[in-house]
Amino acid sequence: MELSLTISHSLRRLWKARRLDLLFTIIGLVIVIIISFMAIAASLVAPYDPLSSVDKALLPPSFKHIMGTDNLGRDVFSRLVYGSRTVMTVVLLSTFISMSIGTVAGLISGYFGGIVDRVLSLTMDSIYSFPGLILAIAIASMLGPGVMNTVISISIVYIPTYFRMVRGQTLSIKNQLYVEAAEAMGASKLTILWKYVLPNVITVIPVVFSMNVADAVLTEAGLSFLGLGVPSPTPDWGFDLKNGQRNLLAGYWWISIFPGIMIVILALGFSLLGEGLNELLNPERRYE
Amino acid sequence: MVSLRAYILTRLLLTIPTILILLTFVFMIMRILPGDPVLAIVGMKASPEYIEKLREQLGLNKPLWMQYIDYVSNIFRLDFGRSMIWGRRPVIQEIMDRFPATLELTIFAFMISVLIGLLTGVGSAMKRGSKLDITLRVWSIVAYSLFIPLLGMFFQLVFGVYLRILPVAGRKSPLVRIHRITGLYILDSILTLNWKGLITSLRYLILPSLTLGIVLSGVYTRLVRSSMLDVLQQDFIRALRSRGIAERKVIFSHALKNAFIPILTMMGLQFALLLAGAVLTETTFSWPGMGTFLMERIQYRDYTTVQGTIVFFALLVSLVSLIVDIIYAYIDPRIRY
Amino acid sequence: MTLLSITELKTYYYLPDAVIKAVDGVDLEIAEGEIIGIVGESGSGKSTLGLSIIRLVPSPGKIVGGNIFFEGKNLIKLPEKEMSKIRGKEISMVFQDPLTSLDPLMRVGDQLIETIITHQKVSEDEASKLARDYLEMVGIPGDRLRDYPHQFSGGMRQRAMIAMAIATSPKLVIADEPTTALDVIVQAQIMRLFSKLRDELGVSFMIITHDISIVMEVADKIGVMYGGHLVEYGDVNEIHKDPLHPYTKELLRAVPNIEVRDVELRYIPGDPPDLSNPPSGCRFHPRCLYATDICKKEIPGKRFKNKHMVRCYLYEQ
Repeated sequence: MELSLTISHSLRRLWKARRLDLLFTIIGLVIVIIISFMAIAASLVAPYDPLSSVDKALLPPSFKHIMGTDNLGRDVFSRLVYGSRTVMTVVLLSTFISMSIGTVAGLISGYFGGIVDRVLSLTMDSIYSFPGLILAIAIASMLGPGVMNTVISISIVYIPTYFRMVRGQTLSIKNQLYVEAAEAMGASKLTILWKYVLPNVITVIPVVFSMNVADAVLTEAGLSFLGLGVPSPTPDWGFDLKNGQRNLLAGYWWISIFPGIMIVILALGFSLLGEGLNELLNPERRYE
Repeated sequence: MVSLRAYILTRLLLTIPTILILLTFVFMIMRILPGDPVLAIVGMKASPEYIEKLREQLGLNKPLWMQYIDYVSNIFRLDFGRSMIWGRRPVIQEIMDRFPATLELTIFAFMISVLIGLLTGVGSAMKRGSKLDITLRVWSIVAYSLFIPLLGMFFQLVFGVYLRILPVAGRKSPLVRIHRITGLYILDSILTLNWKGLITSLRYLILPSLTLGIVLSGVYTRLVRSSMLDVLQQDFIRALRSRGIAERKVIFSHALKNAFIPILTMMGLQFALLLAGAVLTETTFSWPGMGTFLMERIQYRDYTTVQGTIVFFALLVSLVSLIVDIIYAYIDPRIRY
Repeated sequence: MTLLSITELKTYYYLPDAVIKAVDGVDLEIAEGEIIGIVGESGSGKSTLGLSIIRLVPSPGKIVGGNIFFEGKNLIKLPEKEMSKIRGKEISMVFQDPLTSLDPLMRVGDQLIETIITHQKVSEDEASKLARDYLEMVGIPGDRLRDYPHQFSGGMRQRAMIAMAIATSPKLVIADEPTTALDVIVQAQIMRLFSKLRDELGVSFMIITHDISIVMEVADKIGVMYGGHLVEYGDVNEIHKDPLHPYTKELLRAVPNIEVRDVELRYIPGDPPDLSNPPSGCRFHPRCLYATDICKKEIPGKRFKNKHMVRCYLYEQ
């Protein structure tokens, strides 16, 4: 009872003060939830099998096919729905891998310092400065097509993002008095990392995570669009976008535009979530 | 306070390890990852002797560390390797053929994105909290989330298919000839007083550069707004107002100039985004630049060219970053004096 | 001749979850050629008072009541366009941190020239000459015109700010903690500079500070602010000799006196009041040694001993 009172009180205060940011967060969250649902319950939502031809090709949107059919007679809407599963899986998997590796590396590098830190930092910075998509292209081109290969390519691109952030946080926490106190009392380095550094680092992660996933969505779409990502016939928005381009130029726009819009909506959802959370957690204090 | 010369020198020195790391990384990606490049080219049906000969030609029979040394030293001599497929043409030459196209596209896209970014960012910062500010903030998030091929195809649909007023693919009309001096069609047309060439170049350039420019502007709006807000809350702004300086002057002569420095630094970092975006834009509009070149070579499994092109990208990014830092050091008097 | 007359000034800051009553009913008068010192702790509202006069109170602050009469005009009711003409020309301000108060990208001389040209119709050459003169008046050699702010020392930067403040021959200069960021010797120099400028140019100064000792030397009158109220105001010698308000007494006692030895360093116990929820009645009562019941109930009115004003129930007639 008391907890719910506190929550509703905080929400009301938030609403008064930071209406826009709360709105961003909520809209972003709603979008992400809806698409996640679409991904998980794809077989329930999609009316047709996304992989087989179910009707004539290039049919415009109608009641039977609300987003029309593509050049192979497949239902665009069904491919869209199943595509969400592909995209969400690849993107979330990649991000988790990047996050894990990047965080661990950042913690170690930041806390232990020394040569390891120097080398890692320089390496990570170099990779970070290189265009993400192009790096993914390079890796994917060598690995070849495939869902797991796509996951690997994207993961590598975003490791430096987490590394830099975690390392920064670790550095600033490392010098705090309570960490020094713990060290003086003989706590093992691992304990310190686990009990003190990590909990503080975690607070920054949700924001970076959201923004990162938004970016990853665009990178994944980019890779698939260029033919280096998820291979046919697995439904994927980026791939379908490319697939429909020829027909778009002949006027059959629905094949490309609908999956394209989904890419934007998903990226937008995560971006809004990230922006909103960022403003809520680290508000822009511009008062004097 | 370090002098300008010392700053430039240090910065130059720092570039070398960065480039080296990137080169190494590219090398690792291209060699150590699974897949035998030679087999991929010739297929399984070729004779073992032919495969061996090809390997030797490409230097792939040497031990890995030797290949690495060759690779790095070659780069420093600006030798980016030779095509595995196209009659051993030097990669650098092929890149130089395509580079002007990408350059032209990125320059225009950059100008558009900066223009939009400055206008929206400054407007947003000046009227902080207003409806305009909120709209522009939402806009910047939306703009950045726009998938470049989608926006591009949307423009193609509207202007090319429905309205039929703009072309959707290529760099110029095949019926018009432009004498090549620099490779930048607009510039070459102007230099040779080629009116038709200028028109066609512009017509083909609009949609791709607009696409790339709009998406990138999303990043700049946020950046400019944030920089301006930081500057506007600094003490000297209040001091300027206390002296009765007109608000317009305060914003443009003082705040913007100060905000420009962090903006400039960030713009240098955004060059990477510009390149990545260019690849997508070029593929969408069949723009004959380095992006389409890269994708084409990947398809043909011309791995040496692919490697050379990626290395070129890496060097390009490092170079731009270096230039931006030097410009920054030059502009900020705190470093100069 | 009264230059500035403030009555019942109220300036509040409207935060999302609280309203901070930074200045809550202040009356004040400044005469021509007068130096007054406004003294108080941080959070007493003294800076807001200064910013209110020149109408540069930052959002979310607003002037919500009272009047500020200057040369026959009520500054509070003036449209912004006219106020900006007064700013820098009739009333100017010097701020606390000179490093961050100057545009780092512009030469000091150019900033000075910009100020001059904004308010006077002179050519750039004439403005340049004037700039040189003003810099020399504050003790900076003219050839430093071409330097950037970071090339100046802290004291010089502050002098440059002062030069900019007086370059347009204002009637009043408000100095908000002008010496807090500087060392003691420079502090004294700056104070003496104020005095000299008042003597030579007839400019009035309002020096806002938390350190009563530095203004005692040069000020003609002292005003003590506490919790958004002006609790004592009068001639500097009067206040020194006979401080009335308990807070003022503590302020004076807290000043370390190098001539008296073996006296414990005093401080004023307790915390500054929370201005979003100020104590009832006299704002000082929680920390006051002499507080009685009535102090907790109502804000004390003004009591006068000749021209010496105090708001304290100790002085009920």
